Amino acid sequence: MKVIINSDCFDPWQRLNQFQSEMPDTMQGSYGATAVFVGTMRDFNEGDDVSDMFLEHYPGMTERYLENICLQATKKYDLLESLIVHRVGHIKPNDSIVLVAVWTEHRKQAFIACRDIMENLKSKAPFWKKEQLNKGQIRWVEKNTQG
Amino acid sequence: MTIHVKFFASMRDLMGDDQEISHNILEQKNIKTVDDLWIYCAEGKERPNNVLIAVNMDYVDAQYFIKDRDEVAFFPPVTGG
Repeated sequence: MKVIINSDCFDPWQRLNQFQSEMPDTMQGSYGATAVFVGTMRDFNEGDDVSDMFLEHYPGMTERYLENICLQATKKYDLLESLIVHRVGHIKPNDSIVLVAVWTEHRKQAFIACRDIMENLKSKAPFWKKEQLNKGQIRWVEKNTQG
Repeated sequence: MTIHVKFFASMRDLMGDDQEISHNILEQKNIKTVDDLWIYCAEGKERPNNVLIAVNMDYVDAQYFIKDRDEVAFFPPVTGG
Protein backbone atom coordinates (compact mmCIF):
# COMPACT_ATOMS: atom_id res chain seq x y z
CA MET A 1 0.00 0.00 0.00
CA LYS A 2 1.40 3.36 -0.97
CA VAL A 3 0.02 6.92 -0.83
CA ILE A 4 1.83 9.80 -2.52
CA ILE A 5 0.94 13.49 -2.48
CA ASN A 6 2.59 15.06 -5.51
CA SER A 7 3.14 18.80 -5.95
CA ASP A 8 4.60 18.38 -9.45
CA CYS A 9 3.10 17.14 -12.70
CA PHE A 10 3.26 13.33 -12.87
CA ASP A 11 2.85 10.66 -15.53
CA PRO A 12 0.41 8.10 -14.06
CA TRP A 13 1.50 5.30 -16.41
CA GLN A 14 5.16 5.81 -15.56
CA ARG A 15 4.26 5.77 -11.83
CA LEU A 16 2.23 2.62 -12.32
CA ASN A 17 5.09 0.87 -14.15
CA GLN A 18 7.59 1.97 -11.51
CA PHE A 19 5.40 0.80 -8.61
CA GLN A 20 4.73 -2.56 -10.24
CA SER A 21 8.39 -3.11 -11.10
CA GLU A 22 9.33 -2.48 -7.46
CA MET A 23 6.84 -4.99 -6.04
CA PRO A 24 8.42 -7.80 -4.01
CA ASP A 25 8.99 -11.16 -5.69
CA THR A 26 6.20 -12.67 -3.57
CA MET A 27 3.69 -10.58 -5.58
CA GLN A 28 4.75 -12.16 -8.88
CA GLY A 29 2.12 -14.68 -9.95
CA SER A 30 -0.21 -13.86 -7.04
CA TYR A 31 -2.50 -11.33 -8.74
CA GLY A 32 -4.82 -11.93 -11.66
CA ALA A 33 -6.35 -8.46 -11.90
CA THR A 34 -5.16 -4.87 -11.86
CA ALA A 35 -7.72 -2.04 -12.00
CA VAL A 36 -6.59 1.52 -12.62
CA PHE A 37 -8.36 4.87 -12.49
CA VAL A 38 -6.76 8.11 -13.69
CA GLY A 39 -8.46 11.46 -13.11
CA THR A 40 -7.45 14.28 -15.46
CA MET A 41 -8.15 18.00 -15.29
CA ARG A 42 -10.72 19.23 -17.83
CA ASP A 43 -10.67 22.70 -19.39
CA PHE A 44 -14.35 23.28 -18.58
CA ASN A 45 -16.64 22.98 -15.57
CA GLU A 46 -20.27 23.89 -14.99
CA GLY A 47 -20.54 25.58 -18.39
CA ASP A 48 -17.39 27.72 -18.05
CA ASP A 49 -13.95 27.46 -19.66
CA VAL A 50 -11.28 26.82 -17.01
CA SER A 51 -7.67 27.91 -17.61
CA ASP A 52 -6.04 26.48 -14.47
CA MET A 53 -6.69 25.24 -10.99
CA PHE A 54 -5.15 25.20 -7.52
CA LEU A 55 -5.61 22.05 -5.44
CA GLU A 56 -5.29 22.67 -1.70
CA HIS A 57 -4.96 19.91 0.91
CA TYR A 58 -4.60 19.49 4.68
CA PRO A 59 -1.07 18.13 5.19
CA GLY A 60 -1.17 15.22 7.60
CA MET A 61 -4.93 14.66 7.56
CA THR A 62 -5.05 14.10 3.80
CA GLU A 63 -2.38 11.40 3.92
CA ARG A 64 -4.04 9.81 6.96
CA TYR A 65 -7.42 9.59 5.22
CA LEU A 66 -5.97 8.22 1.99
CA GLU A 67 -4.13 5.55 3.99
CA ASN A 68 -7.33 4.72 5.93
CA ILE A 69 -9.28 4.42 2.68
CA CYS A 70 -6.66 2.02 1.29
CA LEU A 71 -6.60 -0.01 4.51
CA GLN A 72 -10.39 -0.36 4.58
CA ALA A 73 -10.45 -1.42 0.93
CA THR A 74 -7.63 -3.89 1.56
CA LYS A 75 -9.67 -5.60 4.29
CA LYS A 76 -12.99 -5.43 2.45
CA TYR A 77 -11.81 -6.62 -0.97
CA ASP A 78 -8.71 -8.67 -0.11
CA LEU A 79 -6.41 -6.34 -1.99
CA LEU A 80 -2.93 -7.67 -2.56
CA GLU A 81 -1.57 -4.20 -3.23
CA SER A 82 -2.82 -0.62 -3.74
CA LEU A 83 -1.47 2.73 -4.87
CA ILE A 84 -2.84 6.27 -4.70
CA VAL A 85 -1.02 9.26 -6.20
CA HIS A 86 -2.78 12.63 -5.83
CA ARG A 87 -1.66 15.95 -7.20
CA VAL A 88 -1.73 19.21 -5.21
CA GLY A 89 -0.77 22.79 -6.08
CA HIS A 90 -1.12 24.56 -9.43
CA ILE A 91 -2.61 22.35 -12.16
CA LYS A 92 -3.22 22.89 -15.86
CA PRO A 93 -5.86 21.23 -18.08
CA ASN A 94 -4.81 17.75 -19.23
CA ASP A 95 -2.60 17.27 -16.14
CA SER A 96 -3.27 14.10 -14.16
CA ILE A 97 -4.96 14.80 -10.82
CA VAL A 98 -5.23 11.33 -9.33
CA LEU A 99 -4.10 7.76 -9.92
CA VAL A 100 -5.73 4.84 -8.09
CA ALA A 101 -4.56 1.30 -8.76
CA VAL A 102 -5.40 -1.98 -7.03
CA TRP A 103 -4.14 -5.53 -7.46
CA THR A 104 -6.35 -8.54 -6.59
CA GLU A 105 -6.72 -12.24 -7.39
CA HIS A 106 -9.85 -11.73 -9.50
CA ARG A 107 -11.34 -8.93 -11.61
CA LYS A 108 -14.58 -8.42 -9.66
CA GLN A 109 -12.84 -7.24 -6.47
CA ALA A 110 -10.43 -5.11 -8.49
CA PHE A 111 -13.18 -3.21 -10.34
CA ILE A 112 -15.28 -2.65 -7.22
CA ALA A 113 -12.36 -1.73 -4.97
CA CYS A 114 -10.94 0.80 -7.43
CA ARG A 115 -14.35 2.51 -7.70
CA ASP A 116 -14.88 2.35 -3.93
CA ILE A 117 -11.50 3.96 -3.19
CA MET A 118 -12.23 6.78 -5.65
CA GLU A 119 -15.67 7.50 -4.22
CA ASN A 120 -14.35 7.49 -0.64
CA LEU A 121 -11.47 9.74 -1.67
CA LYS A 122 -13.89 12.22 -3.22
CA SER A 123 -16.18 12.33 -0.19
CA LYS A 124 -13.66 12.10 2.69
CA ALA A 125 -10.11 13.09 1.78
CA PRO A 126 -9.48 16.80 2.49
CA PHE A 127 -8.71 18.37 -0.89
CA TRP A 128 -10.24 21.55 -2.30
CA LYS A 129 -10.21 22.85 -5.87
CA LYS A 130 -10.01 26.52 -6.79
CA GLU A 131 -10.61 27.26 -10.47
CA GLN A 132 -9.38 30.13 -12.58
CA LEU A 133 -11.84 30.75 -15.41
CA ASN A 134 -10.84 32.04 -18.86
CA LYS A 135 -12.94 35.14 -18.27
CA GLY A 136 -10.84 35.95 -15.21
CA GLN A 137 -13.07 34.87 -12.35
CA ILE A 138 -11.65 32.70 -9.56
CA ARG A 139 -13.97 30.37 -7.66
CA TRP A 140 -13.89 27.46 -5.23
CA VAL A 141 -15.45 24.24 -6.53
CA GLU A 142 -18.31 23.65 -4.10
CA LYS A 143 -19.33 20.09 -4.97
CA ASN A 144 -18.21 16.97 -6.77
CA THR A 145 -19.63 15.90 -10.11
CA GLN A 146 -21.81 12.77 -10.23
CA GLY A 147 -19.73 9.59 -10.12
CA MET B 1 -5.98 26.10 27.42
CA THR B 2 -4.34 26.52 24.02
CA ILE B 3 -6.21 25.49 20.89
CA HIS B 4 -4.64 25.52 17.45
CA VAL B 5 -7.26 26.53 14.89
CA LYS B 6 -6.97 26.11 11.11
CA PHE B 7 -9.24 27.25 8.31
CA PHE B 8 -9.00 25.84 4.81
CA ALA B 9 -10.22 26.86 1.34
CA SER B 10 -13.37 29.00 1.34
CA MET B 11 -13.49 28.96 5.17
CA ARG B 12 -10.15 30.78 5.21
CA ASP B 13 -11.58 33.36 2.80
CA LEU B 14 -14.60 33.75 5.05
CA MET B 15 -12.46 34.29 8.12
CA GLY B 16 -9.97 36.63 6.46
CA ASP B 17 -6.42 35.70 5.57
CA ASP B 18 -5.64 33.85 8.80
CA GLN B 19 -4.98 30.25 7.91
CA GLU B 20 -3.67 29.17 11.28
CA ILE B 21 -4.30 30.73 14.66
CA SER B 22 -3.34 29.60 18.14
CA HIS B 23 -5.83 30.74 20.72
CA ASN B 24 -5.10 30.98 24.40
CA ILE B 25 -8.54 30.52 25.79
CA LEU B 26 -9.24 31.45 29.35
CA GLU B 27 -11.28 28.91 31.26
CA GLN B 28 -13.81 31.57 32.20
CA LYS B 29 -14.69 32.04 28.53
CA ASN B 30 -16.68 28.85 28.95
CA ILE B 31 -15.59 27.35 25.65
CA LYS B 32 -16.31 23.64 25.78
CA THR B 33 -17.30 22.50 22.30
CA VAL B 34 -16.18 23.08 18.72
CA ASP B 35 -19.31 25.17 18.23
CA ASP B 36 -18.30 27.39 21.18
CA LEU B 37 -14.86 27.76 19.57
CA TRP B 38 -16.37 28.85 16.24
CA ILE B 39 -18.42 31.53 17.98
CA TYR B 40 -15.28 32.68 19.84
CA CYS B 41 -13.18 32.84 16.62
CA ALA B 42 -15.75 33.98 14.06
CA GLU B 43 -16.53 37.42 15.48
CA GLY B 44 -20.20 37.14 14.63
CA LYS B 45 -19.89 35.27 11.35
CA GLU B 46 -22.43 32.49 11.12
CA ARG B 47 -21.09 28.95 10.75
CA PRO B 48 -22.07 27.70 7.25
CA ASN B 49 -24.35 24.66 7.35
CA ASN B 50 -22.03 22.60 5.16
CA VAL B 51 -18.81 23.26 7.08
CA LEU B 52 -16.82 20.17 8.01
CA ILE B 53 -14.84 19.97 11.25
CA ALA B 54 -11.80 17.92 12.22
CA VAL B 55 -10.16 17.69 15.63
CA ASN B 56 -6.63 16.32 15.60
CA MET B 57 -7.26 15.32 11.97
CA ASP B 58 -10.38 13.23 12.62
CA TYR B 59 -13.88 14.28 11.59
CA VAL B 60 -16.12 15.36 14.48
CA ASP B 61 -19.42 17.20 14.84
CA ALA B 62 -19.91 20.68 16.25
CA GLN B 63 -20.83 19.38 19.71
CA TYR B 64 -17.47 17.66 20.17
CA PHE B 65 -15.74 18.64 23.43
CA ILE B 66 -12.32 20.19 22.88
CA LYS B 67 -9.38 19.99 25.23
CA ASP B 68 -6.03 21.69 25.75
CA ARG B 69 -3.64 21.47 22.75
CA ASP B 70 -6.26 20.20 20.31
CA GLU B 71 -5.88 21.13 16.65
CA VAL B 72 -9.27 22.14 15.27
CA ALA B 73 -9.85 22.60 11.53
CA PHE B 74 -12.84 24.10 9.74
CA PHE B 75 -13.27 23.51 6.01
CA PRO B 76 -15.91 23.24 3.25
CA PRO B 77 -17.03 19.97 1.59
CA VAL B 78 -14.06 18.25 -0.01
CA THR B 79 -13.58 18.17 -3.79
CA GLY B 80 -10.54 16.02 -4.53
CA GLY B 81 -9.99 13.46 -7.28
